[in-house]
Amino acid sequence: MIKRLLAGAVGVGALGGLGFLYYAWYPQIAPIERPAASSFSAEQIDRGRIVAAEGYCAECHTRTDNGTGPELAGDYKMETPFGAIYSSNITPDPELGIGKWSEEALRRSLHYGVSRKGEHLIPAFPYDHFTKMTDQDISDLYAFLMTRPAVHMSRRPNELPFPLSLRIGQAAWKLMFFTPGVYKPDPSHDALWNRGAYLAEGNAHCGACHTPRNLMGAEKKGSMYDGAVVDAWIAPPLNDKNPTPTTWTEDELYQYLRFGVAPLHGPAGGPMSPIPHRFLSQVPEYDVHAIAHYYAEVDHAAERQGHDKAALARAMEQSKIDLVGPNTLDPDARLYQGACGACHYNAAPMPVLGRPDLALNNALWLDEPTNLYQVMLHGLTAEEGQSGVAMPSFYNALSDADMARIAAYLRRTRTTLPPWTDLEKKAAEIRKTVKTPPVNSSH
Amino acid sequence: MIKFKLNGRDVSVDVPEDTPLLWALRDDLDQTGTKFGCGVGQCGACTVHVGGRATRSCITPISSVEGAEITTIEGLHPEGEHPVQVAWRDIQVPQCGYCQSGQIMQAVSLLKDYPDPTDEEIDGVMGGSLCRCMTYVRIRKAIKKAAAAMREEKSNG
Repeated sequence: MIKRLLAGAVGVGALGGLGFLYYAWYPQIAPIERPAASSFSAEQIDRGRIVAAEGYCAECHTRTDNGTGPELAGDYKMETPFGAIYSSNITPDPELGIGKWSEEALRRSLHYGVSRKGEHLIPAFPYDHFTKMTDQDISDLYAFLMTRPAVHMSRRPNELPFPLSLRIGQAAWKLMFFTPGVYKPDPSHDALWNRGAYLAEGNAHCGACHTPRNLMGAEKKGSMYDGAVVDAWIAPPLNDKNPTPTTWTEDELYQYLRFGVAPLHGPAGGPMSPIPHRFLSQVPEYDVHAIAHYYAEVDHAAERQGHDKAALARAMEQSKIDLVGPNTLDPDARLYQGACGACHYNAAPMPVLGRPDLALNNALWLDEPTNLYQVMLHGLTAEEGQSGVAMPSFYNALSDADMARIAAYLRRTRTTLPPWTDLEKKAAEIRKTVKTPPVNSSH
Repeated sequence: MIKFKLNGRDVSVDVPEDTPLLWALRDDLDQTGTKFGCGVGQCGACTVHVGGRATRSCITPISSVEGAEITTIEGLHPEGEHPVQVAWRDIQVPQCGYCQSGQIMQAVSLLKDYPDPTDEEIDGVMGGSLCRCMTYVRIRKAIKKAAAAMREEKSNG
């Protein structure tokens, strides 16, 4: 009896194993000669340029450490909790890029996360979002990629430990966490909303940074857009858990995504900065409106907006207390005023664009001072945030203790939230993530 | 090679990208009106305009201003007749004068945002610009005089 049960179990196991192998196995797609540029129309290539911009392809497929690499030639280093991985070359080089890929091979990689040769791709390549892309968009993208200059450059090998380095393991990941399928429009919403949802959930893959991941590195389905830590920055929540005192309305979102700065929420910094400046400023306005429209609904802006006026008035009051009123003799207020106040001072009724009001900025309202510290240490270049305006780097100007004092002071005077803890230690930790000090006065 | 616009003309400097903007201005571009004070962004003496906004040049890396438009005290007005400069002279604001180009650049930025500034607004924006000679009373007076002159100019303009 036991023998029979055991045999049965082995049989089922073997069948399951065979089933899994069948699930995991993809055939190679035959290599092709790189198509001639003349086989694509100029219109299609331009549509493809927009698709590539809306998916930020160049952001992760261009090397940034060790000198900036050629665009789309890969070798971008991505730190993951499992080890560093390096992106692939997606220029049409036949050996080291995707020059031998047919359109079908590109479509399969985006829809199913499988390379032309049939290998499973690592989900750092967010095919769990790209699976929603239409065949037309992929066809246009193919035209764009195949007409880029071919770059004969290889990437560094991934640093994933065994057994994660085995590609078959990626198939198991897919079985657990991946649902393929092109975006299906929701008839209960209008065309603008559906366009926004299609882009945001698909090509623009916002959730890849703004949704927390589980231990296996998959986006947590129940915590969509709750915010997450990425590259030692916090990608803030995009839903109604976003803590800023004024709502991310459709207009604020649009300004931010299109121009890199929103009147009431301030500039896009850190890893978010290229999204407006390098990409979404280069695509049709309608698409950016659509994404803004979609997220204004995700964060329930309409229902929450009622408090904005009071929150703004409160922030304007808070902003002007450093040199007048009860704080005049507070040494932390003096430190803040000397280092930050000349630019971040605001008075009623509205903050001036280019004087981001810290009382309204989510850096002070998030659970950790991470983003506040990042901006203090790096500053902002003239290309980031509001174009043409720069914030200095306080890397050498403020010690960890100074940064902690300013952070505590701002949290205390500008928000209604409990104080942050271990501020000096956290300042040191964030400082360690800045590999090259932005400014060096010893020249 | 970092390129930007300085006082209306295109310039480029060949310095390491973590060089402070102030170093490039004074040592490579010979604009010595901007002064080195504390070196840690706490005194305001090195204030210049980046994209029209007062910015501490001693802690701004040169790589940050690629493509930006920078104005120093030398570029505020071709003959030194910006209303703030005129008011500064009329009221004889400076004593030793070392911090004054930074004070003036900060004041010009203030008046763009607050054309008729209250004492609170002046303190709020000028509070990061230190003067060891304690000319603060005259600075405040000159800012109000310049503000009045600029409003006058605008209404006549």
